[in-house]
Amino acid sequence: MSASTSTDTLGHSHAHPNPHSHGAGHDHGTRRSYLIGFALSVILTAIPFWLVMGDVIADRTVTTLLIMAFGVVQIFVHMVYFLHMNTKSEGGWTMMAAIFTIIIIVIALAGSLWVMFHLNTNMMPGHVMNPADLI
Amino acid sequence: MSSNATTAEGEAPQFYELVPHHHAAHASTPIGFWIYLMSDCLIFASLFAIYGVLGGNFAAGPSPAHLFNLQLVAVSTTALLLSSITYGFAMLDMEEGKKTGTVVWLSITGLLGAVFLGLTLYEFYHMILEGAVPQRSAFLSAFYVLVGTHALHVTFGILWLITLLAQIGMKGLIPANKIRVQCLSMFWHFLDVIWIGVFTVVYLMGMLR
Repeated sequence: MSASTSTDTLGHSHAHPNPHSHGAGHDHGTRRSYLIGFALSVILTAIPFWLVMGDVIADRTVTTLLIMAFGVVQIFVHMVYFLHMNTKSEGGWTMMAAIFTIIIIVIALAGSLWVMFHLNTNMMPGHVMNPADLI
Repeated sequence: MSSNATTAEGEAPQFYELVPHHHAAHASTPIGFWIYLMSDCLIFASLFAIYGVLGGNFAAGPSPAHLFNLQLVAVSTTALLLSSITYGFAMLDMEEGKKTGTVVWLSITGLLGAVFLGLTLYEFYHMILEGAVPQRSAFLSAFYVLVGTHALHVTFGILWLITLLAQIGMKGLIPANKIRVQCLSMFWHFLDVIWIGVFTVVYLMGMLR
C-alpha cells in the first residue's frame, strides 16, 4: 500500500494525492460504520449491566473481571468507530498522543493502586513491621 | 541517493523547499484539540486513581449497594449512547452540506445530553437527601469529584452545542463552523468513553463490592 493511501476500518480506501492535504486529518465515518459502532456498544453495555443486575455469575471476582474486560473492549470500539482513530490520521500523531496518554494512565493507575494497597495492608492496626519493636 | 537523481540536470541541489506548504485555515485545530482531550484524559485518570484507592473507605457510612440505583444508571447510559449515534448522524449530514439535518441531529444530541445531566443531578439530589453528602466518607468525596467532573464536562458540552447551533443558524455551514462541529464531536465521544469507565468502575463494580 502506498503511503498516500489510508484505509479505514471497513476497508474503504481514500486516495490522498498529496499527503500534506491530509491536514484536516480525521477520517470521517460512514453511516454504516456509525451504526456498527452503535450496535457493538449497545451489546457491550447491555451484557455487563445484565451480569450485575441479574446476578448471573455467583463468583463476584469473575463478574468483576468480565465487566472490566467489556469496558476496555467498548472503549476501543468507541475510539475506532466514533473517534475514527487510526494510525494514519494527522500523520500518526493522533495515535502517538493516545499511546503516550495510555502509558501514563497505566503507570498512574497501576502505581496508585499497588502502592496504596500495600500501604493499607501494612498500616492495619495491630500489624507490626518489625518483631523487635514488640520488646 | 535520490536527491542527486532528481537534480541530475546540472542544477544546484536544493536542500529546502522553495514553495511553502499550503495549510488551510484551521488545519491544525483538530490535532490541537486532540492533545487537549488527552490532557483531560489524564485529569480523569487521576480522579479514577483516587476513586480506586478510596472507593472502599465508607467510614461506617453508606456503601454503593445502598446508594446506587442501577436502573437509573442504565437509563442515563442509554441516553449518552444514543447521543453518540445522533451526533454521528449530525456529522454525516454536515459532510453532505445538509444544514437542516445537522441542526436537527445536533439539537436531539443536546436534548439527550440534557436528559443525562438531569438524571445525574436527580441522583445527586437523592443521595444528599439521604445524608450521603461528599463530606460523609472518603468514598463519597471521591465519587462526587469523579462523577461531578464528568457531569461538569457534559454541562459545558451542552453550552458549547447551543453556541454552535446559534453560530450555524447565523453563518451556516462555513468551514470555521465545520471545524467547531468536528471538535465538539471529539469532545462528545470522549465524554462517552469516560462514562464507560465511570459506569463500569463506579456503578457496576460498586454494586459487586
